[in-house]
Amino acid sequence: MGSDTRKRTTGAFDVRLVIALLTGVYGAVITVLGIGFVSDEDLAKAGGMNINLIAGIGMLVFTALFLLWVKLRPLTVPAPEDEEDDESASAEQG
Amino acid sequence: MTVLAQDLRLDANAIDYVLLAFYFALVLGIGYLARKQVSSSLDFFLSGRSLPAWVTGLAFVAANLGAIEVMGMSANGAQYGLPTVHYFWVGAIPAMLFLAIVMMPFYYGSKVRSVPEFMLRRFGKPAHLVNGISFAAAQILIAGANLFLLASVVNLLLGWPLWLSIILAAVIVLAYTALGGLSAAIYNEVLQFFVIVAALLPLTLVGLHEVGGWEGLVDKVASGPGGEEQLSSWPGNQLTGFGDNFLSVLGLVFGLGFVLSFGYWTTNFVEVQRAMASKSMSAAQRTPIIGAFPKMLVPFIVIIPGMIAGVSVTELSGENKAALMAGEPAPSGATFNDALLLLMRDLLPNGMLGIAIAGLLASFMAGMAANLSAFNTVFTYDIWQSYIKKDKPDGYYLRAGRVVTACATILAIGTAFIASTYSNLMDYLQQLFSFFNAPLFATFILGMFWKRMTATAGWTGLVTGTGAAIGVFLLAETGVWDLPGQGASFIGAGAAFVVDIVVSVVVTMMTKPKPEAQLVGLVYSLTPKEKLRRSTVGEDAGWYRNPGLLAGIVLVLTIVLNIFF
Repeated sequence: MGSDTRKRTTGAFDVRLVIALLTGVYGAVITVLGIGFVSDEDLAKAGGMNINLIAGIGMLVFTALFLLWVKLRPLTVPAPEDEEDDESASAEQG
Repeated sequence: MTVLAQDLRLDANAIDYVLLAFYFALVLGIGYLARKQVSSSLDFFLSGRSLPAWVTGLAFVAANLGAIEVMGMSANGAQYGLPTVHYFWVGAIPAMLFLAIVMMPFYYGSKVRSVPEFMLRRFGKPAHLVNGISFAAAQILIAGANLFLLASVVNLLLGWPLWLSIILAAVIVLAYTALGGLSAAIYNEVLQFFVIVAALLPLTLVGLHEVGGWEGLVDKVASGPGGEEQLSSWPGNQLTGFGDNFLSVLGLVFGLGFVLSFGYWTTNFVEVQRAMASKSMSAAQRTPIIGAFPKMLVPFIVIIPGMIAGVSVTELSGENKAALMAGEPAPSGATFNDALLLLMRDLLPNGMLGIAIAGLLASFMAGMAANLSAFNTVFTYDIWQSYIKKDKPDGYYLRAGRVVTACATILAIGTAFIASTYSNLMDYLQQLFSFFNAPLFATFILGMFWKRMTATAGWTGLVTGTGAAIGVFLLAETGVWDLPGQGASFIGAGAAFVVDIVVSVVVTMMTKPKPEAQLVGLVYSLTPKEKLRRSTVGEDAGWYRNPGLLAGIVLVLTIVLNIFF
């Protein structure tokens, strides 16, 4: 690695945010469906289980965990060596 | 998929379409964002070797989680029950660990850009050409088959015409693979992985609820056609088609577990390319191991829904299942391939239904994107740059890669229409490619550990091994050798492996080996140990990043799963 800051544009784009966006939107939409728009027919289909609500909440929880991960371990552009020592273990998920 | 279209037409409404459209918007968005990172051919074809291991690890699994896996394995689950897990626990995990621990140091350490390039360095041009061309051709055929399956599901579910679905799907896949190269394909595979889980996990839960939980499923499967045997993974006689328990276990362990799966996972560039894109030797080794964790759990959301469909979906249970298992058409007209779709139709309300459709389409598209991104790399580096236009500047090959991707997509549309004329082309394709992979694995393993093995032995072994596998296939097809179930491909792969080894050894004895100096980094005994070692500092530090330890954990978990099921 040496002393040069091996800068990459990779840092600009974190796929974890895209995933969280997808599950967040999906979770929100079907949670709303599960709370407000569930018909008796839907319930009978799934044997009385309100799957939209359950899966929706599950996805929202997943989204929250993913965002927490992004927050705790942000993508970092590799830093010069001397600053790296205690940062490196948490620099990026591997 | 022979069920009348209206039986399978899902009741999708505006919300489902919006959810589906949102997924496609993100897919294209990833392609656009990934484009910004592409400035050289290495960026385009190998993501600049810069990706973290969890990304490449999930992509490793997702690239394989295509149409064959999702539809095929749930169909197998409906037909054979739990023994289908062998395709995951015996047929994938050990080979993935072997790739990580033993073979990855050579692939990543030698800095080759593709599996055929490794063949070139180890065995020279003839083996390189045989491997490069057969791989490239195979990818186009599989991409076409994936495309066709994708379009036929869209056609069945939503009623769009087949040709429109084929072209639309091809354009979307082309858009992001040509823009962002391997990074776009890999990031989308990671996204796809989560969509598939979001689609299938709820389906499995509702399904289990519907049949009365795990115990309800066990009772219903045991009392149905197939009986108790479908509830434990060993010995799996129905799956292999062998009457004898010992032969069945032997077929599973040696045929599926060793030759077929090692051939597929360790030499198939579609998979290996994902690991090559990671940012360090340690990350490359961890890629297949990280992939092994989800791989262990995928059967629970693929096979179990299949089993549930086999006991709860009217068209597939009772007399219908009995007829299908006897190899006759079911009175209802359904086939096991429809298992997942029928279950979705029966159980999911709007909203969840849209997500489930997105999951299925995601799986098929990512399968095709994986084929395309592996194809353009092999074609550009191993055929175009090696034999046709040498020594051009790097920008030329980057542009060539984009053009090749476009041409490949057009070819895949062509092969998709060919695929549409066969009813079970997938099975044959799957079998044919296992023929190429089994001898490839034999040649690789011999070449990596036996420095005397010669260049001539490299290509003659490949050709005769493939010939032997095709021979067994023809014998089984024409009925000369009666092998029901899926035992024929296990034996074919075994024959290919043995013939390849024998021919390679004999030819080696009669020809002159390559000078040892040219084999450094390619053959185990001639490679300095430091070259194979991974770094253990910085981003590769910590016990939880140690490939050996991680592999041990995976192995123990797999054995535990085998004992429980």
